[in-house]
Amino acid sequence: MHELSIAQNIVEIIQQRIPESEWKQVVTVRIKIGSVAGIVPDSLKFSFQAITAESAFCNAQLSTEHVPFCVHCRTCNTNTENEDGFAMCGECESTDIQVLSGTELHVVEIELEETAQVV
Amino acid sequence: MSIITVERKVLEKNDELAARNREVFLSHGVFVVNMVSSPGSGKTSILERTLEYLKDSLRAAVIEGDVQTDLDAQRVTKLGVPVVQIITNGGCHLEANLIQDALGTINLKGIQLLIIENVGNLVCPANYDLGENMKIVVASTTEGDDKPLKYPGMFRNASALIINKIDLLPYVNCHLEDLKSNALRINPKLNVFETSCTTKQGIAEWCTWLKEQVTSKKYKV
Repeated sequence: MHELSIAQNIVEIIQQRIPESEWKQVVTVRIKIGSVAGIVPDSLKFSFQAITAESAFCNAQLSTEHVPFCVHCRTCNTNTENEDGFAMCGECESTDIQVLSGTELHVVEIELEETAQVV
Repeated sequence: MSIITVERKVLEKNDELAARNREVFLSHGVFVVNMVSSPGSGKTSILERTLEYLKDSLRAAVIEGDVQTDLDAQRVTKLGVPVVQIITNGGCHLEANLIQDALGTINLKGIQLLIIENVGNLVCPANYDLGENMKIVVASTTEGDDKPLKYPGMFRNASALIINKIDLLPYVNCHLEDLKSNALRINPKLNVFETSCTTKQGIAEWCTWLKEQVTSKKYKV
């Protein structure tokens, strides 16, 4: 249950990126969560709500985008996805692969309800 | 409406602190292992057997992470090894800043191997770089053979898997080959060891490999 600590990190990133006078205007924070990042989106949303409810970010909602686990195969040169996080090509079952996506945990963008100046 | 593009890793602050820890370790020539597993898999017992086995060939130190109590630190202290106990007070994993704080109370001069025993938890510690050279994941036979599939993050980032309590295999519902193949599906590069801290089976093989990693240059940044 490290979603609380993750939510705290997200709040800090918003605080660094948006001037304090505009914190109340933050309505949406878009997050990319890889399918093997070890994060439960609903738990993260719950944690974010819990720590922001009484704060200047009380109007903010987390919006999460799921990123599939995708590997590139160096043997047959194809990209395949699997939701189990197997380090294996879905076509030829080679394990000579490179992970392309699915491990990320990023804050992508912040939406404000009125025009705001970026610092 | 206005949209501000951010594109930042949520854990970048932890990663920055981990990079600083890594510089400290490198400047002291210390090889650092981050031991992770679920609670009760035998991390502390493996640590004790490892420190006993390597006591004449490597100078080691230990950072213990637990939610409560310094029971593990008490066990390790008996082996004459410098140990710092981090109590997370409910925190389910160690973060790089806690290691940074612990480094203030441990003298790394002359230390070759620092073992960090993470909080027993098969989920959260996987996300947090502490500045280590490698992660070691411990899975015991009593946990069954499906854990790598259920908790892949921990196995994906590890350099070695220690399958512990191998002496209990006849009594538990765990198929050794399935456990290994499940782990290798997640991470084909895992070095796999089988140990028992009761019979000491496999401890020599594991310790010999660990010593090779400490003395080889391939993990040096």
